[in-house]
Amino acid sequence: MANQKEVLFGLYSDEEVLLKAIHKAKAAHLDIMDVFTPFPVHGLDEALDLKESRLHIVGFIFGLLGALTAFLGMTWIFVDDWPIIIGGKPYWSVPAFIPITFELTVLFASIGMVVVFYVIGGLGPGVTNPTLDDRITDDKFCIAFDQHGLSEKDVDKVKAFLKDSGAEEIHTKTI
Amino acid sequence: MWWIAFAVSVTFLTIGVICIILTIWDGVTEWNLNRTIGWGWDITNFVWWIGIGHAGTLISAILLLFRQKWRTGVNRAAEAMTIFAVMCAALFPAIHVGRIWVVFFFFPYPNSRGPVWPNFNSPLLWDLFAISTYFTVSLLFWYTGLVPDFATLRDRSKGIRRKLYNLVSFGWTGSAKHWQRHESLSLVLAGLATPLVLSVHTIVSFDFATSVIPGWHTTIFPPYFVAGAIFSGFAMVQTLMVITRKVLNLKEYITLEHIESMNKVILLTGTIVGVAYLTELFISWYSGYIYEQFAFFNRALGPYWWSYFGMMLCNVVSPQLFWSKKIRRSVWWTFFMSIFVNIGMWFERFVIIATTLARDYLPSSWSYYKPTMVEIGIFLGTLGIFFTLYLIFTRVAPVVAVAEIKHILKTAGDQYVGKDATHHHSAEIAHKS
Repeated sequence: MANQKEVLFGLYSDEEVLLKAIHKAKAAHLDIMDVFTPFPVHGLDEALDLKESRLHIVGFIFGLLGALTAFLGMTWIFVDDWPIIIGGKPYWSVPAFIPITFELTVLFASIGMVVVFYVIGGLGPGVTNPTLDDRITDDKFCIAFDQHGLSEKDVDKVKAFLKDSGAEEIHTKTI
Repeated sequence: MWWIAFAVSVTFLTIGVICIILTIWDGVTEWNLNRTIGWGWDITNFVWWIGIGHAGTLISAILLLFRQKWRTGVNRAAEAMTIFAVMCAALFPAIHVGRIWVVFFFFPYPNSRGPVWPNFNSPLLWDLFAISTYFTVSLLFWYTGLVPDFATLRDRSKGIRRKLYNLVSFGWTGSAKHWQRHESLSLVLAGLATPLVLSVHTIVSFDFATSVIPGWHTTIFPPYFVAGAIFSGFAMVQTLMVITRKVLNLKEYITLEHIESMNKVILLTGTIVGVAYLTELFISWYSGYIYEQFAFFNRALGPYWWSYFGMMLCNVVSPQLFWSKKIRRSVWWTFFMSIFVNIGMWFERFVIIATTLARDYLPSSWSYYKPTMVEIGIFLGTLGIFFTLYLIFTRVAPVVAVAEIKHILKTAGDQYVGKDATHHHSAEIAHKS
């Protein structure tokens, strides 16, 4: 593989220790590649300075698209394409269009968000992303560093940091 | 145990498939519907299954928004139940049209027949949209929650199993950014699913309420149907949970507290449904409108009095036993009561549909309806489909939301908080090291 990475990582067994370690790493200006956890850890986003997810904006856009598709679609069909009088009601019977408009808003927003979530995350059926350790999805928390471009001294520094911050195991793996 | 249950379910499923084939082959003449009573067991079962399919999303979405931590023990299985129940429900409208091979005419798509479009003013079409949306969104919500848990299973298994779980876990690694988006996605989906779940049974009730038939044409239907749906949905969750926790030995995850909380919801919604029944009776008398009065007199004391009596007994009287804490916390009582409620809610739908249609404006067309063996067979078949799918689910996927349980363990787990705490917060551990 072209872009193989040599990853140095430490495994922790508690999320509070992990959070402290991340703060320490930041203080020491170490460049964390990624953090892997078995469940969403509170405060991890702030600790890693992750930008707020914009997924809800995607949801809003798709929801708007759904609402417009439904409402304008029904309007076009019932007013322009094939007008029929049903029960003596006007062609453009807005109250009757509301249920379907609502349903399609929800449907579009949900499908749009879920699809975007998987696509931008590089996830999908049959995708195999390399994992560092099998226990990360069970009960271990992992801080990973990319060794590329680090001098031997830097690597030792990272190793020392991992050890000091409470990592129980330190490994390297090429992924 | 599992294999016995599976064999029984598959037997029922087979009966159902045979009866459905008979219906499709001969047409709905295989059923006892007549010109007066055009909806029978088919729509009764449809509404019943849709109602059952409400609890999953309610537990996952609404209780998530209310930050009810106990939901974590039961939400995954309840969501699965929702999906299977909606599948059973959707079967009935599809086969009751008689010509199932043109069932896609329901959907508005550009066609060479004009194009002729479906009637967007019809509640039956709203229902099609509501149910397809509900099914899709529930499925997405459920599966997105399952992905990290499938990854856990992937990493704990070997060989062919690992390959299979790898396929369904979508390459999940547990990266911080993924979790952040996952949280955001779950929250927004829950927010979307909350009005959705309320809209679905509202729209199902519009199938009746927007008609001009006395007994159906009432504004109380939407809230009363939603309450009834939650009621029957929770009852079915209880039935399955009591069995699941016993068979899979999950008593530490699905505790008596869960069962009691759900019994409280059953008590509340059962009482709401009871009030709705009485309100209906009162309003029909108070309206001074003889057709309305007759419709309700006939509903309670007419030829189908037994179904009205069954409905009242199972839905209104029996849940009142849950005022007793002892009964609320008894697994056996819970199990029997949940079955009772399910029977009662089936009766409710039958009462609304059959009694109303059997006695319309014109006495010369009054009629009586009994199901044929084929109709009963299809109903048993959907029970078979439902339990077969649920049993397969318990075998291949985690029935308890693993990652979510880990997430709340330290703030809600007995090991960490409360007087029996054995684990201490790891700040001390870190300090020592």
